[in-house]
Amino acid sequence: MDLALRDLGEYVQAAMQAVVVSVDFPRDELVVVVQREAIVRVLTFLRDDVNCQFKQLMDVCGVDYPGRVERFEVVYNLLSLTQNRRIRIKLTTDEQTPVPTVTGVFSSAGWWERETWDLFGIWFRDNPDPRRILSDYGFEGHPLRKDFPLTGYVEVRWDDEQRRIVYEPVKLTQDFRNFDFLSPWEGVQALLPGDEKAKQGEKH
Amino acid sequence: MAETQIKNFTLNFGPQHPSAHGVLRLVLEMDGETIERADPHVGLLHRGTEKLIEYKSYLQAIPYFDRLDYVAPQNQEHAFALAVEKLLGIQAPLRGQYIRVLYAEIGRILNHIFTVCAFAMDVGAMTPMLWGFEQREILMEFCERVCGARLHMNYFRPGGVSLDLPAGLADDIWKWTEEFPKCIDDLENLLTENRIFKQRCVDVGALDAQQALDWGFSGPNLRAAGVAWDLRKAQPYDVYDRLDFDVPVGKHGDCYDRYLVRMYELRESLKIMRQCLQDMPPGPVKVDDRKVAPPPRAEMKHSMEALIHHFKLYTEGYHVPEGETYTVVEAPKGEFGVYLVADGTNRPYRCKIRPPGYAHLQAMDLLCRGHMLADVVAVLGSLDIVFGEIDR
Repeated sequence: MDLALRDLGEYVQAAMQAVVVSVDFPRDELVVVVQREAIVRVLTFLRDDVNCQFKQLMDVCGVDYPGRVERFEVVYNLLSLTQNRRIRIKLTTDEQTPVPTVTGVFSSAGWWERETWDLFGIWFRDNPDPRRILSDYGFEGHPLRKDFPLTGYVEVRWDDEQRRIVYEPVKLTQDFRNFDFLSPWEGVQALLPGDEKAKQGEKH
Repeated sequence: MAETQIKNFTLNFGPQHPSAHGVLRLVLEMDGETIERADPHVGLLHRGTEKLIEYKSYLQAIPYFDRLDYVAPQNQEHAFALAVEKLLGIQAPLRGQYIRVLYAEIGRILNHIFTVCAFAMDVGAMTPMLWGFEQREILMEFCERVCGARLHMNYFRPGGVSLDLPAGLADDIWKWTEEFPKCIDDLENLLTENRIFKQRCVDVGALDAQQALDWGFSGPNLRAAGVAWDLRKAQPYDVYDRLDFDVPVGKHGDCYDRYLVRMYELRESLKIMRQCLQDMPPGPVKVDDRKVAPPPRAEMKHSMEALIHHFKLYTEGYHVPEGETYTVVEAPKGEFGVYLVADGTNRPYRCKIRPPGYAHLQAMDLLCRGHMLADVVAVLGSLDIVFGEIDR
């Protein structure tokens, strides 16, 4: 276990006590979960504090967990060249709640936030340029959400009569195959009917 | 006298323009021939790589990484292999690590030759492209000899590499490393002190270290701005900590410095390759764990267990324990990161790819503002943009 990393984590927690939800060290990486509204404050602190100096925001991305109350996680990966450390800041949100933009703190956040909006539909409040970025012009939906089908909804083809590209609903020549490798013996601990009797027997 | 009102006009640069380096649509707002605003439209090559990877097993995900930055495919695979290794808690054997570093450096040379020569062609020099591509062809033959594919190698695996070097390949690579400096000298003779080339590059698209950090720059573009930062030195992975090489750093952060940094890196990569070839120990090239790496073909002919392992690995794949990691490598273009979230099944739950070029292209507006139209091409060429990785 990297002690300096633990020190840094405790230092961040002590300095931002009111807004830090949790600090964790999975696989020697520092992960700090913070409150949504405090993200600008936290990143400004991490950038300017002399012990942190996380001068670079390398990446912003979303992760979708449809089972949770606030289904999206927004993940910020920061890098400090002087400390030679990385830190991962996370916050949660849902489809409706916007996240404050951090373009004022790091200029590089602009496109990352546009991408997160495009692919997940997480709205970043006050982002100066909130257009979509990776998907097609006029695209509908947010493709990286878990409930968006892999094959999408529309496909394009060139129409010779109309002399232009047309959009049509997806037609698959073969059904979409999704192999489920979760073996009933080791993966899901499904309770087979009648199994509960075996446990009851042990108690007596 | 009535003043004449001159309206800015908008120019579409690309997406089908040879110096747009792929499919970049750049909307330029111009005042005469001066750029007032540059607005890059990306995503024309978006293939949904991240979504596709969520539906593939870890082994099936590797070829998608070749198709990101198709100029240097090995380096992307390297990042993914390291990320999965980190989650699985395994480490490649020493020979496997040396081979990976050797091929990562071949990838770097492939990339830098391409970038420098294409950049030179963008600003008017045709010959470097023709000379450089001869060398690229030789390097691609080395790739073909080790894994069967010239370009999209699909060679690195979590836990090592798929195959050992065939007999004689190491000697041929060594021979090539002795000849290649001559080619670098030739290229430098053509470009480095060339008056036309310098007029097109020096002080064009300059940015200082502060701006480079703020815009998330990495790799040669960051080093050209005067920041001494290389992940191979700062956060070494595989055997980079055993190797001796220098990291060139620029001063002005303009197109010319970016070019110079890449030229020096070519020589440093050669140094690394030669050390790899010298120090490479004999031994296995992938982990000796049948749950992750397939058994040798010969063993499968007589061992039932080996056959079962092989079948399980190539249908179901392996299950990666729950967890997440952000693993980075110093790809030729900069910091290539993979943010991998595993949920304990045989497929990644989320695989976010952090392409270095995305951050670089974002700064186009900053770099081009106030320059002339012709400089846009120079800036774009010097930033080393490939749309496979930016659009994913």
